[in-house]
Amino acid sequence: MAFWIASSPHNHSKAETSALMRLVIYAVLPGIFAQWYFFGWGNIIHILLAITTVLFCEFIVLSLRNKKNIRKQLFDGSAILTAILLGICLPAIAPWWISIIGAVFAVVVVKQLYGGLGHNPFNPAMAAYVMLLISFPLQMTSWQPPLALMTIDLDLANTLSVIFTDFTKEGYSVQQLRTSVDGFTMATPLDTLKTNTGLGLTVFESMENSVFGEHFSLGWEWINAAFFIGGLVLIAKKAIAWQTPLSFLLSLFICSFIAYSISPDSSASTMFHWLSGGCMLGAFFILTDPVTGATSTKGRLIVGALAGLLVYLIRTFGGYPDGIAFAVLLCNMAAPLIDQYTRPRTYGHQTKEKQGEAK
Amino acid sequence: MESIIERINQGKLWHFHGGIHPPEQKAITSGKPIKHLPLPKQLILPLQQHIGRQGDLLVNVGDKVLKGQALTQSYNPMAVPVHAPTSGTISAIKKSVIAHPSGLSELCLFIDVDGEDTWKAREICQDFTKLNRQQIIKKIADAGIAGMGGAGFPTHIKVNTKPDINFLIINAAECEPYITADDLLMCEQSEAIVDGIKILDQLLNPAFILIGIEDNKPQAIKALQQATKHIEKIKVCVLATKYPTGGEKQLIKILTGKEVHSATLPINSGIVMQNVATCFAISDAVINDIPLIRRVVTLTGSAFSKPQNVWALLGTQVSYLLDQAGFVSEVGEPTSSLNSAQPSPPVIMGGPLMGFSILNEQVPIVKTSNCILAPSKVEMPSAFDNNSNEVECIRCGQCADVCPSQLLPQELQWSAKAKDHQQLMQLNLFDCIDCGACAYVCPSQIPLVQYYRVAKAEIRQQQQLDIKAEKAKARFEARKLRLGQEKIARQEKHEKAAAARKATMNKKSADGGTASSAVAAALARVKAKKAAENKSTELSATSSEKSDNNEQVENSPVKAAIARAKAKRLAKEQSSESPVTSNVVTSGHEQTEKSQVKAAIARAKAKRLAKEQNTESPVAISNAQDVKEETKTSPVTNEETQNKVVNDKKARIAAAVAKAKAKKAQEKQSSAVGKTLSKETMQETPSEKTTKTPTSANDKKARIAAAVAKAKAKAKLRIMDEAQQASTTNSEKST
Repeated sequence: MAFWIASSPHNHSKAETSALMRLVIYAVLPGIFAQWYFFGWGNIIHILLAITTVLFCEFIVLSLRNKKNIRKQLFDGSAILTAILLGICLPAIAPWWISIIGAVFAVVVVKQLYGGLGHNPFNPAMAAYVMLLISFPLQMTSWQPPLALMTIDLDLANTLSVIFTDFTKEGYSVQQLRTSVDGFTMATPLDTLKTNTGLGLTVFESMENSVFGEHFSLGWEWINAAFFIGGLVLIAKKAIAWQTPLSFLLSLFICSFIAYSISPDSSASTMFHWLSGGCMLGAFFILTDPVTGATSTKGRLIVGALAGLLVYLIRTFGGYPDGIAFAVLLCNMAAPLIDQYTRPRTYGHQTKEKQGEAK
Repeated sequence: MESIIERINQGKLWHFHGGIHPPEQKAITSGKPIKHLPLPKQLILPLQQHIGRQGDLLVNVGDKVLKGQALTQSYNPMAVPVHAPTSGTISAIKKSVIAHPSGLSELCLFIDVDGEDTWKAREICQDFTKLNRQQIIKKIADAGIAGMGGAGFPTHIKVNTKPDINFLIINAAECEPYITADDLLMCEQSEAIVDGIKILDQLLNPAFILIGIEDNKPQAIKALQQATKHIEKIKVCVLATKYPTGGEKQLIKILTGKEVHSATLPINSGIVMQNVATCFAISDAVINDIPLIRRVVTLTGSAFSKPQNVWALLGTQVSYLLDQAGFVSEVGEPTSSLNSAQPSPPVIMGGPLMGFSILNEQVPIVKTSNCILAPSKVEMPSAFDNNSNEVECIRCGQCADVCPSQLLPQELQWSAKAKDHQQLMQLNLFDCIDCGACAYVCPSQIPLVQYYRVAKAEIRQQQQLDIKAEKAKARFEARKLRLGQEKIARQEKHEKAAAARKATMNKKSADGGTASSAVAAALARVKAKKAAENKSTELSATSSEKSDNNEQVENSPVKAAIARAKAKRLAKEQSSESPVTSNVVTSGHEQTEKSQVKAAIARAKAKRLAKEQNTESPVAISNAQDVKEETKTSPVTNEETQNKVVNDKKARIAAAVAKAKAKKAQEKQSSAVGKTLSKETMQETPSEKTTKTPTSANDKKARIAAAVAKAKAKAKLRIMDEAQQASTTNSEKST
């Protein structure tokens, strides 16, 4: 009787990459819900568009690469997660082709051309976002105000109509949708703040604007809170490392706190930085992407801190209102180097300093 | 060190990096006592069951052996003897599959059990404290004890080192899931184990003795605490359950906070570690004079209907144990249906994380086998799928989080796949303890440990090759040096010999110089010969062009013939040097410019003549091709023909006559010609022919004769042509 031969270890935790991805997708759902609540159906439509596109593209590329077991790779969740993250980032009333182009770029160029899952140096969703932002600045900055501030009722049918035809059923254009009652074009809180400080207004004066709402930024604060909760779940489930979000948020907090203490008139508050834009999404869902991030504990702390600093710098001094995507890409570039210099000390090996002492 | 003990007394321990908590599954067997099995029919004892070398055989096929009788012995310290686990007859000594991941066959003793279980004569030691160190060590060595935790390091070596030992650590952690062999042994034999520890204490005299035991064995902890109650030196340290706490380096770190420096042994840090089962074996050996012939083996896993710990004699085949514990194959067939086409579900020797699947059921239990695990597919699916679920690494870093050696498994994996050995060494691949924690947690289900094993084997092999190459190089250098020296020595010797010879020669010449004068005479002769040859060559060369040879032929036809032959050879040599331009070159060599012009005219004439010949003579028609070829391919022919035609017709006729004469003379004096031409008889033939060609042009009769001769020579010519063509192409290249 010959026995089945296998290599040790024979037992396995039964963890799977696809299960990990599924967990992350579940964790992002509260954020999507908040987005839907405050900004309507736009992002959900974009997410669905992007998912369809990435699955199609992934299938084509995997077939071209003669990969076996395509079905398994297709539904390992990584591509779907990329599509979801991209869809979340897009302005809700951006035209349909924005999410299609972004999804194709993310999967074909950023992910598969670099070797597929696990081999891409850049976060596909963020790389695609940056590509879109640079290529189609008008469409990518057409942020719609929260539903509560809108004069036109934007239901599902209207949103679909806007996304696919650029006009609502009643014939309102995207530009008209973004215009408030008193005739001003509305932007995101970050955008508004940047424009206003550029105009010489103080932060307090800017905060008078209706987009900021009662607290920090209407709608956005709740979306960020929802992502924060999802992120905490992921950390509790050990799906993501806690080091990156912690050091990122701390770093952003410290940077904004220093600026706010020095010059409260021209600097936004720490909480504003935390709860506006893509801060929490970036902290818990983008920066923690294991493929493109650092792998060592120290490395993750460094990457998080670096990202926080970069986000603050880009938001404050850069040409774009939010800097998460750029900061993430820059950190992706730095991650391999950071990893190389933050290797842990192996058991039974002395650190270099100790070796020096011994000598 | 005191602080370490203080901490331990306070119940504070250190911890090691990483670790995992796989399902323990110890309850399957931990509640049942260790079962004594009936004697199996046959035992298979591998000669080597430990790290080191196998001993020398003491028995032969057919010998009756008694229980406990040594079957091998050795004078090498790294060799450990094996003993007959029960009485019986040696039925065979041959190679058989051993308990090793490789599934290799090694030399084994086959014992047919007689069932009587007759002991050899034993000496029970009443008080081991009266034994001296050497006696105890000898008893341990003779009992064939090797580390029973897994590695199988010869115990008598481990206990025979005597620097200052700070800690003797007894490893009772048994951190691998499923295994309860040590647990049960501690519950049932705690007194014997403590005796073993006391013996070790006597040998090593450590400052402290620490027993490390995981908190999932409450009964064993209680039993040990009970047994060590009155011994101040021994501390039972209860550890949190975590895999791989039982790893030597990890347990040292937990208990003492020290790290064993890479590539050194714990003994260098004043620490000795022994497994509890080894302690039991030591006490058995020293006190009861029972060599290591049995051990506790856990038979566990869902594929067993009666999982239990058993006392298994070493050499018991796995099939026997499977039967005893009610092994049910996954297919639903009992074990009796052997040799089914499909491989049976895995049977693992050792635990689920570090054990290895065995090749077949004949594999015997050895000193290091602590568990036979037969999982069901539901229980342990990954043991069945042969790593086919591997997907790409997403660098999640979970492996690095659980690695007890704080390595970076994901980076190791990339380098292992890329066979980047240098990088692997930099990442401290050899600090990997193969615990399998990384592969256990990997969500991409990459068989990381397998990659490391392969990489380690490759690196070791490469190192061996490097060492070999280094040795070969040293050997080569040494040889070169030796040869050089020998050459110099030889030269010196020759010089000396030459000097000696000269000296004697000088002496002789002074005496009368017979030898030297003889040599001188010979040299003179040779010189004279050469001069004569040169002369004749010159003569023939000029003669053929200036028709002076008429006179010469008349004067001495034989000489002329020889001269011609020589000239031909010369011409041939020259032509073979540069056959394409041979005509011009040769004439240029030999003649003045005038003669060159002449030669050109002659060539043209010769060609015409040759054509005429072809058309004229019907006999020659068949040979026409050959003649053409001759003129084309063999420049000698051209040369000859031309040289002949250079002369005006009269001269030519005269020459022909002369040649005919010469021919006769040649035949007469063939012996004389033979001397000069004997070396190149082949070349002689074409030259003869060409000599005839112009003759035939002049004289019809002669021509017919020549044609006949040609026909004869044809065969030879062909060979010649080929040879010449070859030389032509060669020289073409050179030109």
